[in-house]
Amino acid sequence: MDKYIKMPMDEETAAQLKCGDYVYLTGTVYVARDAAHQRMTEALARGESLPIPIKNAAIYYMGPSPAREGRPIGSAGPTTSGRMDKYTPALLDLGLRAMIGKGKRSQEVIDAIVRNGAVYFAAVGGAGALLSKCIVKSELVCYEDLGAEAILKIEVKDFPVITVIDRDGNNLYDLSF
Amino acid sequence: MIRTIDVSLITERICEMCIKANHVLSDDMKEALQEAAVSEQSALGKKILHQLLNNLTIAQEERIPICQDTGMAIVFLEIGQDVHFEGGSMEEAVQEGVREGYAKGYLRKSVVNDPILRENTKDNTPAVIHYSIVPGEKVKITFAPKGFGSENMSRIFMLKPSDGIEGIKEAILTAVSNAGPNACPPLVVGVGIGGDFEKAALMAKQALTRQTGAHSDLPHIHALEQELLQKINALSIGPGGLGGSNTALAVHIDTYPTHIAGLPVAVNICCHVNRHVVEWL
Repeated sequence: MDKYIKMPMDEETAAQLKCGDYVYLTGTVYVARDAAHQRMTEALARGESLPIPIKNAAIYYMGPSPAREGRPIGSAGPTTSGRMDKYTPALLDLGLRAMIGKGKRSQEVIDAIVRNGAVYFAAVGGAGALLSKCIVKSELVCYEDLGAEAILKIEVKDFPVITVIDRDGNNLYDLSF
Repeated sequence: MIRTIDVSLITERICEMCIKANHVLSDDMKEALQEAAVSEQSALGKKILHQLLNNLTIAQEERIPICQDTGMAIVFLEIGQDVHFEGGSMEEAVQEGVREGYAKGYLRKSVVNDPILRENTKDNTPAVIHYSIVPGEKVKITFAPKGFGSENMSRIFMLKPSDGIEGIKEAILTAVSNAGPNACPPLVVGVGIGGDFEKAALMAKQALTRQTGAHSDLPHIHALEQELLQKINALSIGPGGLGGSNTALAVHIDTYPTHIAGLPVAVNICCHVNRHVVEWL
């Protein structure tokens, strides 16, 4: 069923989402992909704090194309989530509530989703122009030298996603085919 | 008769092709997606296919790249043997075209300078260039930027001759199954059979640039393309990997003679944003 959710979201809200739910997200989401995840993991290893407030946060696995004048962002669809699997359980254990990407997750990530009451959403891959229309604001947080892989803070409005892995560990990719 | 071409023309043309390929999907691909939207059996799959068609309209009208992964620039150059280039390095002219196109077109710079050190080159160069020398005095440029969500799911299998046609089918279905939702289905599947290790891989990549759904001229390969398209769609991975009857839009197979001891099979998987533009000079 269709649901409208405000971001960031708490554990109770995440618990209401079921695998297969079509969800429209509104609010603040952080953008990070491969190199940013590696840097955040290295920062944690050095005992430093993360550059984003991780508690109840949502991370969108995405690297946008450059914005044209007058636009908040360029094309902005999801990248393959599996490449972030190695870094993800540690972030979930620190309070990361939601992830938006595309494709399969490892068993370690699914276990960490269940352990922490989190949720994994998929956005439609290859629909970056369409999805960019649901992003109303974008600002740089850190790692500017990474170019398209820098961490961004974005504001989304009715951003369409599908609940793939819910807090009980049900996985839509397993049920679909 | 020797024909002289100034390399600045190559730069200019490549620049335009980078921008066009990333904003306007070719008609063959658009039509294949439209047909899929009609035939799709899953309600969610149908919804996703309509979003993809809507995405193409927004991309073209508002000049937003179809996909944020505007790819590594792959360039096929078929150069007539009677052509002489002047005005500088041909290779550098191609790289300059990519540099200008990715800057002017607001395209993402997705290339790192070294696979281990991984520092972004900030201009999407270098491109991967494949040259071939052909008869005549023309130059055919095929520009096919490739995203790595699908490239990462591509595979090569060095089969034994005894594995035969059944082994080939199993290899291709294995590659597509393993790709699952990761490669942004519905897919176009490029296959190279025969040659050696790198010839098979190159054929698989080049097969993706064929007009979508155009079949092999060889009757037994045409039959194999049809059978595999049906078998891939029976996997029910569906649009976005969320189930459905359209997992692939087309299977394109190219072949080449091979060694008595070998049967190489390369599978280059492409997402539904199978970008390819062709220009002649």
